[in-house]
Amino acid sequence: MSQALIRITGLSREYAMGAETVRALRGVDLEIQPNEYVAIMGPSGSGKSTMMNLIGCLDTPTAGQYWLNGVEVSKMSDDELARVRNREIGFVFQTFNLLPRGTALHNVELPLIYAGVGSRERKERAARSLEACGLGDRMTHKPNELSGGQRQRVAIARALVTEPSILLADEPTGNLDSQTSGEIMKVLGDLHDHHGQTIVMVTHEHDIAEHAKRVVTLHDGLISSDRQKVAA
Amino acid sequence: MPFLEAVVLALGMIRAQKLKSFFACLGAFVGVTFLVAVVSIVNGMDRYMRENFAARMFGVNTFSILYRPRVHFGDMTLEERRALRRRPRIRESDYEAVLDRLGDRAIVAIESRDQGNVFVGDRRQRNVELRGVSESYFRIRDIQIEHGRIFSPQEVETSADVVVVGADVARRFFPNSDPIGRTIRVRNSEFRIIGVAKSQGKLFGQSLDKFIIAPYTSQIKKYVNPHKIVDLISVKTADLPSMRAMMAEAEALMRTRRHLRPSQSNNFHLETADDVLSTWGQISNALFTGGIALMAISLVVGGIVIMNIMLMAVAERTREVGIRKALGARRRDIQRQFLVEAATLSSTGAVFGILFGVAAAKAVDAFTPLPAAPSLGWIGFALLLGIGTGVIFGVYPASRAARLDPIAALRQE
Repeated sequence: MSQALIRITGLSREYAMGAETVRALRGVDLEIQPNEYVAIMGPSGSGKSTMMNLIGCLDTPTAGQYWLNGVEVSKMSDDELARVRNREIGFVFQTFNLLPRGTALHNVELPLIYAGVGSRERKERAARSLEACGLGDRMTHKPNELSGGQRQRVAIARALVTEPSILLADEPTGNLDSQTSGEIMKVLGDLHDHHGQTIVMVTHEHDIAEHAKRVVTLHDGLISSDRQKVAA
Repeated sequence: MPFLEAVVLALGMIRAQKLKSFFACLGAFVGVTFLVAVVSIVNGMDRYMRENFAARMFGVNTFSILYRPRVHFGDMTLEERRALRRRPRIRESDYEAVLDRLGDRAIVAIESRDQGNVFVGDRRQRNVELRGVSESYFRIRDIQIEHGRIFSPQEVETSADVVVVGADVARRFFPNSDPIGRTIRVRNSEFRIIGVAKSQGKLFGQSLDKFIIAPYTSQIKKYVNPHKIVDLISVKTADLPSMRAMMAEAEALMRTRRHLRPSQSNNFHLETADDVLSTWGQISNALFTGGIALMAISLVVGGIVIMNIMLMAVAERTREVGIRKALGARRRDIQRQFLVEAATLSSTGAVFGILFGVAAAKAVDAFTPLPAAPSLGWIGFALLLGIGTGVIFGVYPASRAARLDPIAALRQE
């Protein structure tokens, strides 16, 4: 039996909103295997952001278990989670989340700084990652000197530089026009098809979700459908 | 995050936000400037006092007998003041007695001084120090003769109206001619110049060469030691133990002469260079304390400014903290980043403070009579304090940043 990359059982997350308790997730079970390309869909309020935060180890569940690569992360401390985020997860955000003062190269270096990689190796790996994303000639540019598509590609380069188990994309095309969206989706598709990169993408757009091989739909904090596309 | 990374990052931040950084640096800057400048000046004066002042004004292994202390530091009640004023003065007869007792083992000199105008022909020099002394005075004060000679014991005995003039006086009246044999006048007393003293330079900006020295028996006595009252008797001994012994002898002798009973305290004063130095020590301690207090106040104020600016920085850069955390920064990474930033701000201020403080000390040294000498130890101490201020006042903002929830931080615009 091959080990699941992500195994989630009975995952719940509740938030205290004043006197009320909001149950964003209500006992979700999910398994994701290595090399899968999964889209998590759902209308707003369905719990997909919470799901994404939990999968990304930015948050811990109220109840339930989450094993990542066979390690239970649902009970980890802040600093242990930081380590997991650093090693296992590459984030791509809707708003890119690049540091405005740093160059493209510096932004891509960041995860390696926290991984304790030495300066010379760091620069080499960051440069390689940027080149792989087609930004070899933009390394010294700052984010505000780059187009939206280029920024998102810097973010992808940053996400991949640590060779994470999962690329976690949160509405990766939400701030991009349709043509640039297409380019970014192609980059993600290539990563999956040619490099076997596991990708988990959160989106509310159907046509974007269609790029994934498997679509998990959330509704009111529960999985309402889990559809595997048949390979063409 | 490695320490060096954090410093580079912090320096980048200072460059990016110059005005804010300037204000953040200001407190540490002012504090350190104060400390370095005050300490340098006090240090310089201290060294000056020990090396020049004590030796020049007193001489080594020399004590003086005078009617009251020349300098007094600290509070004195009115009663004490009156008691000091009521003391009998030192007289020529005291000198003769001391000379009689100690003259075979030590050099004993008599000295009185006042300020006055001196004339050569119609030309005048103001505020020249007039000194009436015994011939042994030259040996005690180590006054060297440039030109001519000092007066002899016979000239003192015969009340000869002869003078040795200081280098300034010689320059003033006889820039191009030989002063020896010429006449110099103080009011209506005329003196014949027999010698010119070697220049002694300056002390606290005051020339040490603006004097005339005449036998205390000459007409100068009308101006400096009328009624056979003299300023002080100096006794120069061979070494420290003999100085202590002779001070005791002189004290006993004076007490006998004054008919003091054992229960009565001395109504005269014995003074050595050490006494003056210890008084100076009290003054310099007070200055030191003042300098350090000023510095402490400005460092605290500066630290609070830094804390505020860092709190602002944390608020402004919440999203950055979120990004860094998402990418794997641990609490201590974030904490370190902001701590190093605060410390970099304050130590930048401290470095400029050191530069300015040293410059201020040098300027004081060059343009005022006060000597100043910056000391490396204190500069290091000031730098440490500067860095420490940033670290201490950076702890709270840094730990606030470190505790931020990554999700909330990322959501912030």
